[in-house]
Amino acid sequence: MTEYPTEYAYFLGCITPNRYPGIEAATKKIFKEFGIETKEMMGASCCPAPGVFGSFDMHTWLPVAARNLAIAEEMDLEIYVTCNGCYGSLQEADHLLRENPKLKEKTNKILGKFGREYKGTTKVNHSIVVLHDFIGLDKLKERITKPMNDVNVAVHYGCHFLKPREVRGHGSSETPYILEDLVKVTGAKDVDYKDKLMCCGAGGGNRTADSVQSLEWMRQKLVSAIEVGCDCMVHPCAFCHLQLDRGQAEMEKPFGVFFNFPILFATQFLGLAMGLSEKEVGLDAQTTKMPEKLLK
Amino acid sequence: MGTLYEDIIDYGGEVFGKEHLETLRECVQCGKCTGGCPSGRNTAFRTRKLMQMALVDMREEIFNAPELWFCSTCYTCYERCPKGVKVTDVIRTIRNLAAKEGHMSVPHRMIGVYVMKTGHAVPIGPAQMELREAVGLESQPPTAQKHKDQLEQVQTIFKTTGYDAMIDFDWDTMNLKGMDKGGKK
Repeated sequence: MTEYPTEYAYFLGCITPNRYPGIEAATKKIFKEFGIETKEMMGASCCPAPGVFGSFDMHTWLPVAARNLAIAEEMDLEIYVTCNGCYGSLQEADHLLRENPKLKEKTNKILGKFGREYKGTTKVNHSIVVLHDFIGLDKLKERITKPMNDVNVAVHYGCHFLKPREVRGHGSSETPYILEDLVKVTGAKDVDYKDKLMCCGAGGGNRTADSVQSLEWMRQKLVSAIEVGCDCMVHPCAFCHLQLDRGQAEMEKPFGVFFNFPILFATQFLGLAMGLSEKEVGLDAQTTKMPEKLLK
Repeated sequence: MGTLYEDIIDYGGEVFGKEHLETLRECVQCGKCTGGCPSGRNTAFRTRKLMQMALVDMREEIFNAPELWFCSTCYTCYERCPKGVKVTDVIRTIRNLAAKEGHMSVPHRMIGVYVMKTGHAVPIGPAQMELREAVGLESQPPTAQKHKDQLEQVQTIFKTTGYDAMIDFDWDTMNLKGMDKGGKK
């Protein structure tokens, strides 16, 4: 059995706490159920978004990320996240600063202006990896009280969960297994579909630059999941959730269609299978509605 | 200002390491990047073309092309490049250079405005506080938006690196300059 911390600093980011708090609630509840304590990171900011701030000015992106890392270091805790954007930014910043002492010195000069320092003593984990690798499938299986039998799931990874693999370290980005394992542990079926590994279309400022074009990729992705009989989509990213859930309402006007294809963050899906209610994990408050099949 | 290639290595190299970005020179124009690009499937964005344009110093043409901003940074090209070109990081660096020269849309500038005002690209409002209470969470998370002294630290970073000047941010109105007169650029 792998040794793992039983207490983490939860880096909330923006979209989880400020748009989809059900993701935050579901994750905290499940972690608590398995004896993992969550501590709040007082004063944490935007990660900041890797494809956006990393695209506009990486010399600003890096110190803002380093400041967030420093907050967890001061708490002497490892971090967990519920958004691939936060995962991307914080893990990449940590990686770059560890590799380059000159860059670390330059960054700390900025953080020093308000008495903070990045030391390189925390670790950035994705909550879904904590569930899969640390808590483990056996323990998860024991807690499934409402099996998702007969539910066909389209797994969506988002981009920065797996890529770049040299930083993320979860093996091949073309043949992933983590989300598939978590879906199968609930009794649901993991269904392969044409655009499974495709981006949701939102990242890199693309959603902001041209929303209709960005929604079109998402439309193609959803169609390819619906075509093979999927009942819902399960993913690990709050930013993808915003695009995939709210995006379906935004699609109505330009494309004249509302799919109402259910979108669930992985801990919301697991939460339902562990007996939490739709309301407890915030799924009643979003754009796409859950079918009876997922709630029974 | 050197050639675009030199600027990519100098500006991006400080963060990513020069060798990381020098992989651009290895590009053999095979097109595997374009073949797997989800943006290329839907728009005129062509990754292979962008790499070649960067190598032959077509700075203005790249900076003025809207397609430069259609990459979602999905890293598919980066993972698949048979020559190990760090494509996504090359693109992010080119975007940095373009933004520094003023090629940045108002919606993109606004993301910076939100972070400088609240600490968050997606801030919280009263309606979302109710959503939090409905799932049993405290109405406002203890992030930079809630704690003014913490937000000031974030603002200090943006001032120090000159991000505020880059997007024409006005600290008096806490908005982009000229936005009160109907916007600019």
